[in-house]
Amino acid sequence: MDELKNVLFTKTHEWVKIEGEIAYVGLSDYAQSQMGDIVFINLEEDDYEVGDTIGDVESVKSVSDIYSPFTGTIVEINSVIFDDPGAINRDPYGTWLCKYENVSDKEEFLTLEEYEEIIKE
Amino acid sequence: MKLVYETSTKDHKGLQLPKCDLNYELDDKYKRKEKLNLPELSEVEVVRHYTALSKETYSVDDGIYPLGSCTMKYNPKLNEEVASFEGFSQVHPLQDVSTVQGCLQALDLAKKYVCTITGMDNASFQPAAGAHGEFTCMMMIKKYHEERNDTKRKKIIIPDSAHGTNPASATMCGFETVTIKSENGIVSMEELNKVLSDEIAGIMLTNPNTLGLYEKEILNITKAVHDCGGLAYYDGANLNAVMGISRPGEMGFDCLHLNLHKTFSTPHGGGGPGSGAICCNKKLEKYLPNPIIKNEEGIYTFENIDSSIGKVKDFYGNFTVVLKALTYMLRLGNNGIRETSENAVLNANYIMNGIKDLYDVAIDEVCMHEFVLDLSRFKKETGFSALDVSKRLIDYGIHPPTMYFPLIVKEALMIEPTETESKETLDMVIDIFRKIHEEAYSKSVDLTKAPLNTKYGRMDEVTSARNPRLKYGD
Repeated sequence: MDELKNVLFTKTHEWVKIEGEIAYVGLSDYAQSQMGDIVFINLEEDDYEVGDTIGDVESVKSVSDIYSPFTGTIVEINSVIFDDPGAINRDPYGTWLCKYENVSDKEEFLTLEEYEEIIKE
Repeated sequence: MKLVYETSTKDHKGLQLPKCDLNYELDDKYKRKEKLNLPELSEVEVVRHYTALSKETYSVDDGIYPLGSCTMKYNPKLNEEVASFEGFSQVHPLQDVSTVQGCLQALDLAKKYVCTITGMDNASFQPAAGAHGEFTCMMMIKKYHEERNDTKRKKIIIPDSAHGTNPASATMCGFETVTIKSENGIVSMEELNKVLSDEIAGIMLTNPNTLGLYEKEILNITKAVHDCGGLAYYDGANLNAVMGISRPGEMGFDCLHLNLHKTFSTPHGGGGPGSGAICCNKKLEKYLPNPIIKNEEGIYTFENIDSSIGKVKDFYGNFTVVLKALTYMLRLGNNGIRETSENAVLNANYIMNGIKDLYDVAIDEVCMHEFVLDLSRFKKETGFSALDVSKRLIDYGIHPPTMYFPLIVKEALMIEPTETESKETLDMVIDIFRKIHEEAYSKSVDLTKAPLNTKYGRMDEVTSARNPRLKYGD
């Protein structure tokens, strides 16, 4: 479970990893398994506030919104997810969606244990 | 089977056009630079191609089509007969109204009937589809607030059990949508009260909602929204459950849309054409799309009103669709309309009670015209999903229900049999569901491979979504 070291979660099933001034956001394993095969991602580089919709993810089943866990700027979107959206299904924690800088605020995150408790129901 | 392009043979022709006898040369800039790539076929080849194609599809004329939320009822052939009467089918929308009085009378009569069924004051048949009707109602609500200079009302409340098109219609109209969570499948007054403010333009409510449940607080909901200055819109897509029993007008709604292609038995899917008729009360009627039908001492005219939101479609909507719906209403009559809804609700409850000892129901109570199964326990125990069950239903010759909707239920299957199915058909559906359950738990059939007995097996939906081939030759 090395890949999950330092990874935190949101209630809306994003994962975040903060490395100094930079923060990465991805979709949790639970999110990808619930959505099924992902076929399209829509994300834009811009300034966002906590809770804003930053984009959406389309699977063969449905379209779901992705919410901003931070107030800050998305400075980069992982190009892998446009060429090969299936990478999120295969390796959710190795495939980040976007990279934030200028983070001035963040939501209250859950630890892996807390998150697992939520999805267990 | 072959594409129509692959059956093309050079110089085969289906018809011969007379030589153009106009001496007119188009300007070069309007001329096509490349030759049109059209297949070349004779008339009989075209007929055979489409007949073969039609044999590979499934329609309600083949068997039950329990696609939840879509009300795939049988479309009586009498509707088609009436709509093809010469006096209706051979008219032109630009004809002088004095020569089409019968057509206008039919539209006016249909208007009177839908207003009676919904408890509203006025109606328009212009919108061409359900979501188009939603959008038109949103435009009317917007104009209502604008005319009162109440410009800070920019938000529309939408429960999470509403139809998926509602947020899109409100957003297209420039509103911001506020989602409220349902509790035990219905709107929670507590959640609603939290979002009410002087910024609320209105609410879009689907009743019965997408879980097939009647909104128990409906009178309180419309009252609360009105008290804060908003308007209430009723998504009539599920009207098949309540016709002749309860009326949105009396529930306090200001406007609604109806899907004539659902509740009123006009053709549905594959291009319809549909009709998203809208009804409204006195508050909103001056904003109805132009033109309005007027009846003065038996003379019908079309009139444009200044306060209208304008046109939302050319001419007067899909006229022959309205005729089909009118035929349906005339044929059923007062009692028939009510019995239709009673049977739609009875049929849904009959199937639900025939399978709920095996499959979990999302909210286990008396349902309206449809119900939603939650297959998450089934998936955990068997490894097979709602998708697998749906595909296996095709093997047994019936159309699958709506899958993975509403989004608030995981592994959802949404079943709506409609009133037009017999008890024998419902029993057959129950047997098939029970059989698939047995196959899943005994692992006697690998449902992930279903359908197994059809000409084409499981489609690769992922590849087709990721790398679609949208035109011949790609």
